[in-house]
Amino acid sequence: MLDCGLDMTSTLNFLPLPLVQSPRLSKLPSWVLKDGSMFLDKELKECSGHVFVDSVPEFCLPETELLDLSTVDVILISNYHCMMALPYITEYTGFTGTVYATEPTVQIGRLLMEELVNSIERVPKAQSASMWKNKEVQRLLPAPLKDAVEVSMWRKCYTMPEVNAALSKIQLVGYSQKIELFGAVQVTPLSSGYALGSSNWIIQSHYEKVSYVSGSSLLTTHPQPMDQASLKNSDVLILTGLTQIPTANPDGMVGEFCSNLAMTVRNGGNVLVPCYPSGVIYDLLECLYQYIDSAGLSNVPFYFISPVANSSLEFSQIFAEWLCHNKQTKVYLPEPPFPHAELIQTNKLKHYPSIHGDFSNDFKQPCVVFTGHPSLRFGDVVHFMELWGKSSLNTVIFTEPDFSYLDALAPYQPLAMKCVYCPIDTRLNFIQVSKLLKEVQPLHVVCPEQYTQPPPTQSHRTDLMVDCQPPAMSYRRAEVLTLPYKRRYEKIEIMPDLADSLVPLEIKPGISLATVSAVLHTKDNKHVLQLPPKPPQPPASKKRKRVSDDVPECKSLKPLLSGSIPMDQFVQTLEKHGFSDVKVEDTAKGHIVLLQEAETLIQLEEDSTHIICDNDEPLRVKLRDLVLKFLQKF
Amino acid sequence: MPEIKVTPLGAGQDVGRSCILVSIAGKNVMLDCGMHMGYNDDRRFPDFSYITQNGRLTDFLDCVIISHFHLDHCGALPYFSEMVGYDGPIYMTHPTKAICPILLEDYRKITVDKKGETNFFTSQMIKDCMKKVVAVHLHQTVQVDEELEIKAYYAGHVLGAAMFQIKVGCESVVYTGDYNMTPDRHLGAAWLDKCRPDLLITESTYATTIRDSKRCRERDFLKKVHETVERGGKVLIPVFALGRAQELCILLETFWERMNLKAPIYFSTGLTEKANHYYKLFITWTNQKIRKTFVQRNMFEFKHIKAFDRAFADNPGPMVVFATPGMLHAGQSLQIFRKWAGNEKNMVIMPGYCVQGTVGHKILSGQRKLEMEGRQILEVKMQVEYMSFSAHADAKGIMQLIRQAEPRNVLLVHGEAKKMEFLKQKIEQEFHVSCFMPANGETTTILTNPCIPVDISLGLLKRETATGAAPEAKRPRLMHGSLLMKDNSFRLVSPEQALKELGLAEHQLRFTCRVHIQDPRKEHETVLRVYNHLKGVLKDYSVQHLPDGSITVESILIQATAHSEDQATKVLLVSWTYQDEELGSFLTSLLKKGLPQSPP
Repeated sequence: MLDCGLDMTSTLNFLPLPLVQSPRLSKLPSWVLKDGSMFLDKELKECSGHVFVDSVPEFCLPETELLDLSTVDVILISNYHCMMALPYITEYTGFTGTVYATEPTVQIGRLLMEELVNSIERVPKAQSASMWKNKEVQRLLPAPLKDAVEVSMWRKCYTMPEVNAALSKIQLVGYSQKIELFGAVQVTPLSSGYALGSSNWIIQSHYEKVSYVSGSSLLTTHPQPMDQASLKNSDVLILTGLTQIPTANPDGMVGEFCSNLAMTVRNGGNVLVPCYPSGVIYDLLECLYQYIDSAGLSNVPFYFISPVANSSLEFSQIFAEWLCHNKQTKVYLPEPPFPHAELIQTNKLKHYPSIHGDFSNDFKQPCVVFTGHPSLRFGDVVHFMELWGKSSLNTVIFTEPDFSYLDALAPYQPLAMKCVYCPIDTRLNFIQVSKLLKEVQPLHVVCPEQYTQPPPTQSHRTDLMVDCQPPAMSYRRAEVLTLPYKRRYEKIEIMPDLADSLVPLEIKPGISLATVSAVLHTKDNKHVLQLPPKPPQPPASKKRKRVSDDVPECKSLKPLLSGSIPMDQFVQTLEKHGFSDVKVEDTAKGHIVLLQEAETLIQLEEDSTHIICDNDEPLRVKLRDLVLKFLQKF
Repeated sequence: MPEIKVTPLGAGQDVGRSCILVSIAGKNVMLDCGMHMGYNDDRRFPDFSYITQNGRLTDFLDCVIISHFHLDHCGALPYFSEMVGYDGPIYMTHPTKAICPILLEDYRKITVDKKGETNFFTSQMIKDCMKKVVAVHLHQTVQVDEELEIKAYYAGHVLGAAMFQIKVGCESVVYTGDYNMTPDRHLGAAWLDKCRPDLLITESTYATTIRDSKRCRERDFLKKVHETVERGGKVLIPVFALGRAQELCILLETFWERMNLKAPIYFSTGLTEKANHYYKLFITWTNQKIRKTFVQRNMFEFKHIKAFDRAFADNPGPMVVFATPGMLHAGQSLQIFRKWAGNEKNMVIMPGYCVQGTVGHKILSGQRKLEMEGRQILEVKMQVEYMSFSAHADAKGIMQLIRQAEPRNVLLVHGEAKKMEFLKQKIEQEFHVSCFMPANGETTTILTNPCIPVDISLGLLKRETATGAAPEAKRPRLMHGSLLMKDNSFRLVSPEQALKELGLAEHQLRFTCRVHIQDPRKEHETVLRVYNHLKGVLKDYSVQHLPDGSITVESILIQATAHSEDQATKVLLVSWTYQDEELGSFLTSLLKKGLPQSPP
């Protein structure tokens, strides 16, 4: 199984979880069906023309019905965003296999899960709505609820014990480590350049190579650059995790982010940056580190609020081996690779586990707050939206591309606060994809259907799709795709003693051939050919042998024969071996050799020889060996 | 027959200047490039002229691997690469790459600035040398070239210490460097998978020692330090800046905290603070416990341990000082030792192995009057204690590693000849593998017997695995195939495919034998009797009675006709192809014996 991501856009259909009682949210009117029936009034609320489910938010899981997940042997994780559904899979499907991921992926993945669990468990909600999910009811709801897919499969968030159990099933791996799976295939993670520890995977046997390219970046940010060379010579390249915002240039967005931030603060407003606790935030902090002095922001406090803020900042400093060259060089000095260490030391950046506690004492405005969750449905960000939403001095800047910012803002409308959309997605865009594919030249490309056509909102932009030759094969959710590849060979090892016993014959110039009769041993999907054991000497017992004791022991196959028998030489050979009464008759297809005394007849044709004799075994064996002399064995 | 050749240029029956040449399947690899602390002349570096008298070393070596940052493993590296001349790749782990140049620079300073030597490598040479270094991750398979690959395993000796697997085709060598099989306060234990190398080259520093539990040694250490401090004495602990130092600091730090002690602990400056930084940044290389708790409390931020100033040595009252270097052969530790040696209240604790020729080695072997530079005699009255904290595997650990890796041969380096001899016997007895212990410059040759990998057509393999489904079947199944050899490709295919690929037709060789049997019954009754008889005898074969009156055994055809002259004699025609030779031959002789008298 390749990756195990969680679709969190489902949460956009739910009302936000406020940390402190929000009079506005609790007073929202119930939504009523057109026919006036009220039975959904507890579950659905209306806000500025949008309908939301008033319930614990739920997530859309990967497809679990299509196949029996207990038959999955291995899950390969490409980056920490792509493992968020892991507890659902490892704990509830009978899965008993192994999950492979790099150390940073696991550590940061744990932080993301911890933050998620924490922000949902902190706000216990009595209600868990389910009536609206009824197909008959859902049909009557307004969009987007009406069109939400697989709602019956949506699940509530997992718990920390489940997270820990899931993570304990992960085996840590390093880049370019070759991992043998059951002796049949080898998997290798490669740096994908997108995030700390993010990987692409090579899945290969001796003859076939499948590359899984998921969430890769060619831009130089903090992680180790993408390893492209190792993707070459792939039979199949599976391509996914491309940028969500193909039209935005990450560098430009960072510039816009900084200038909007500076402008707001200069005007006395606060800036809210909804974000994940790891990833782009490191780059943003690094930019601000260089920017704040020149922009005159040195006295503005930066707050990073997350239950895992401290851990995230600390962890980022210890993964030197997973960082880009520049950052590695710093560690060699030894200095912390990320400048946010200095921001913390100089008190410019402060981090808190939540808005409660120390933060409320230290809190000074105007300020800049980094906090989650980017969906604006749970986490400390909900509080700041409620707090700052009414003033047009404040700005919320969206940097994470996973959620539509308009949908995210919907339950907060009407809103006076400024909204700026600066999505920073460093993953591959379509121009980079074509460059990459030209470079690595896979035989076949496989990708999700969305990538094979322009985005629905910009159908004229034919440049916004994967373009390659032969055209990419596409897949959809729950669709089974057969890869156009036929396996022909496998590796087998010949034991040295067997190899010594082989007698190669040159059949054609440059081509030799040896017949091999050997015992095949297969263990852990590794095949070895050994010399056949010597036939055991029959025990010299005096007991009368039973007939069945003599039944041939091995069903050993004799080699195939090839060649033809030259008539004259054959007759000469027969005569040399004491057959004096050889008589030859010509037939339509060849000859018949008669040994009159022995009452034996040999039919010789171009591609066959037939020895017909009475039951005189020594004679037959003698003739057989004479015939074999003229033939080649295969 | 293919062979692996190993020649130690250093560390052969000796500890110091580790440097081992390995030739495997046409590739030459140099393992470590160390200096010898016991010598100050030419003997301090390995004799690289063994590799080539004239010409660049680059032409003779495919790569150099450095196991860890200790100078007896990397101290000769700038000399080797910049002064003798080597431009190929040098592999080491990230922490080693980070720390190695600092120790080299320190070593250079002591040699050139303090001892005034010329003709030594320069700072620039260290920098140029480090540019040739390629850093590797643990378990990463590094493809040095098309055929040669190397892979690092955790060794637990110091931060970043690694064991290396060197592999060409199916031949492989594992070099352990220095390693430790028991996790300590800051590092984890060495680990190898069951990689079954043709040769395991292991260190054998503690070949004959089996150490008691670490806890006891730690308690002992703390007790001695505590007692000395209590009676107002000074404790000197000579250490190398990285490694044991951090382990002992953690130990003392927690002890001081627990006992609420006030006596100052100092760490000689310079390297140390930097060293602790390295530990903080490479925390993923430390043990599980430290890694788990580092966010809450970084074990390498010490509260009780302060930086040492030269003037402190003369301060009255008790104190504990960690000073470098570890074997008392030079530098600050030796200076402090000279100051404190005369007072019996003081104590020096040697926490690791000392190479012959060093002051450390002399006092440990009981010498109490030392001749110092300028013919001065130093009388040692302070207490001298030895505690084995060096993170080397003991005899038990070495055996454990051999058990883990299951090598076909073992070669001992980095130890004393006498002790090696003992361990060699033990290894040969317990594991029944050959064990070698070459001296420096002596070449050991190991014959390998590699399997020959060929390509097998999937069709043939599937046919075989399908028919030979039962793995423990009593009869070993013979597989038959044709090995096609063309250029350098070896392909095992079914005989049919081989014929087809070569454009040849099959020649069918068929035998038909007439067997006469006496049976007055009608033809079809005879056939039925033959059928029942065969079915009874050939239980494992498919015997069929066809509607047209013939019998088949597998692909062998049997037909019966009455004799033209004698109706009571039936003629059985048994017909088979060469491929069924054994069975056909067996059937004719079986039928010739006649049919059993009474039908079953």
